[in-house]
Amino acid sequence: MANELDWHRNKSGFAALLGPPLGWFLLFFAVPMAVVWAYSFGTNSGIADIEISGTFANYARALEPLYLGILGKSLAFAALATLICLIVAFPVALAISFAPPQLKTWLLIGVMLPFWTNLLIRTYALIAILRDEGLLNMALTSAFGWAGVGPLAIMNSNMAVMIGLVYVHLPFMVLPLYAALDRLDRSLIEAALDLGAGHVRAIFTIVVPLAVPGILSGLLLTFIPVLGSYLAPDLLGGPDSQMIANVIERQFKRANDWPFGAALAFLLMYLTLFGIAAQAMMQRKRPVD
Amino acid sequence: MGTIIEFRNITKRFGPVVAVDDVSLTINEGEFFALLGPSGCGKTTLLRMLAGFELPTRGQIFIDGKDISRAPPNRRPVNMVFQSYAVFPHLSVLKNIEYGLRMDGVPAAERRARAEAALSLVQLEGYGERMPDQLSGGQRQRVALARAVVKRPRVLLLDEPLSALDAKLREELRFEMSALQDKLGITFVMVTHDQDEALVLATRCAVMNKGSLMQVATPADLYEFPASRLVADFIGSVNLFAGNVRSEEANHAIIDLPELGISAWLDHGTGTSETVQLWLALRPEKVELMKRGTTDRPPVMEGTPPGYNVAAGTILDIAYLGSESVYDIRLDGPETGKEGKRIRVIRPNLTRWDQEDFTWDEPVWIGWHAEAAHILQQ
Repeated sequence: MANELDWHRNKSGFAALLGPPLGWFLLFFAVPMAVVWAYSFGTNSGIADIEISGTFANYARALEPLYLGILGKSLAFAALATLICLIVAFPVALAISFAPPQLKTWLLIGVMLPFWTNLLIRTYALIAILRDEGLLNMALTSAFGWAGVGPLAIMNSNMAVMIGLVYVHLPFMVLPLYAALDRLDRSLIEAALDLGAGHVRAIFTIVVPLAVPGILSGLLLTFIPVLGSYLAPDLLGGPDSQMIANVIERQFKRANDWPFGAALAFLLMYLTLFGIAAQAMMQRKRPVD
Repeated sequence: MGTIIEFRNITKRFGPVVAVDDVSLTINEGEFFALLGPSGCGKTTLLRMLAGFELPTRGQIFIDGKDISRAPPNRRPVNMVFQSYAVFPHLSVLKNIEYGLRMDGVPAAERRARAEAALSLVQLEGYGERMPDQLSGGQRQRVALARAVVKRPRVLLLDEPLSALDAKLREELRFEMSALQDKLGITFVMVTHDQDEALVLATRCAVMNKGSLMQVATPADLYEFPASRLVADFIGSVNLFAGNVRSEEANHAIIDLPELGISAWLDHGTGTSETVQLWLALRPEKVELMKRGTTDRPPVMEGTPPGYNVAAGTILDIAYLGSESVYDIRLDGPETGKEGKRIRVIRPNLTRWDQEDFTWDEPVWIGWHAEAAHILQQ
């Protein structure tokens, strides 16, 4: 019967299509999240047993200065890495949007290529570059060794973590910026030049303001995964480079304190949701263009 | 009224495509100059080279005698009204108009005063605080105009300035633009594919095709004395009949028109020999329509001057346009039984009832005066 495929007549039939994905979502996302959320109000009652006692002690402990400090540092790291990503990605996105059409595809593939490589492998590759006898230092000493420019101790420092965070998350920034810049009417830039602006002024007075929606979504899209980064600080950082995700991981594994780990994880989650909500509210306030 | 713009042997290639092919052209100060042609003829490229958005492959462009061929857009004494208007969507109307002055470092107070003056010039007083998305298409066009003229350029460039507006508004703005140019005395260079727009606005037009200039002349000369079939056909509509000279006298010529099976009088000599292929161009409104009835004898009208040309035909179709009617007529042609050439005739509807009441399939005479036709050699 042809009518079975008519969504005007057979609404419930089409609604049934929602069933499987909804079930999947409930089973593998909502339920585990709910379990972890419940854990955050629990106490350890044995090696592997957790009693959901409704206590707020885990959250109280998560708000102790030690953990607040790490959370603060994670926010600062994420903010700085996101900012560096923006500064690096903007010219890249602008260049791609102005590239000839055939080249554009290749440049975009170039930006996304690292995405298709395992994060762990990429991070280890960075170690090979940054370590004391790594590629960077070899190049540096062979080029400027005569001037006393010795090997730089980048590995196991905050600097190495920052390099790693920026490197991994750059595509998150380039793609939304590119999407915003590519949509921009070229005659607006030409009009700015025609009216007496140089290229740099045209970019700052016309291109950047009009790319604000793209910049905002790029900031959000980059900041959230950077804040939850685990591998970069773990593999590239030193003892003082711990970010909040490393602390959370330690609670679940070595410390075997799931309730506390769950509280920390949800603290991070609340922060992120708050950020997204604030951004959505700001977006709604701006006049539609 | 000296020369303000000179294109000297300008060629522009985009890869293998020649967009503009060795164009030389001068535009005088105070002119409203139109570059006219079908899309892809190179007119926009020529304008964009004048603005500085494209650089010529070969040749030079001078403004006020200065070679500006390679100068960047912000170093040229020209401003442009874009086809899409390119009004900055994130700036208010006033900020849009002030933008160019701000780039030039004009002090804030003077900036504001000049922008307000430009706003009233385009009749948008009180709209300064509006955002572009609160404006209609016509208002946005005026903002683009004000934004360009507020910088007092030597030349104002207009890229299809009215093409995005509806017909009524377009007609209104045509007259406003004419008045604006009179008031400002700035040289206007406009690109358009709309021949009506060019005829109404321009003091002089260049017709372009495939990257080359076909003819540069006043609108009236383009219409009445086109240089080629292409120009004749592009400007208005035209009836073209192939022919050649039968005899040529000092003050007239007789042209054989084999497609019509007649010889036509022309009120001037052609200066060519009998073997040269010619075309007789006849504008539809210069052809007269007469009742034929059942006789096959051409009418002998009172006062018909010598050299009045007549051919027989049948009305195929009539298009009533209110102010005028367009008649599509099939001429009888040289051989009976065979379909002849078609000719278009336009008659103004001078009275509310057509006294002669031409109708479909009616046999008619068409006629034209010796001076009504124009001879083309290419």
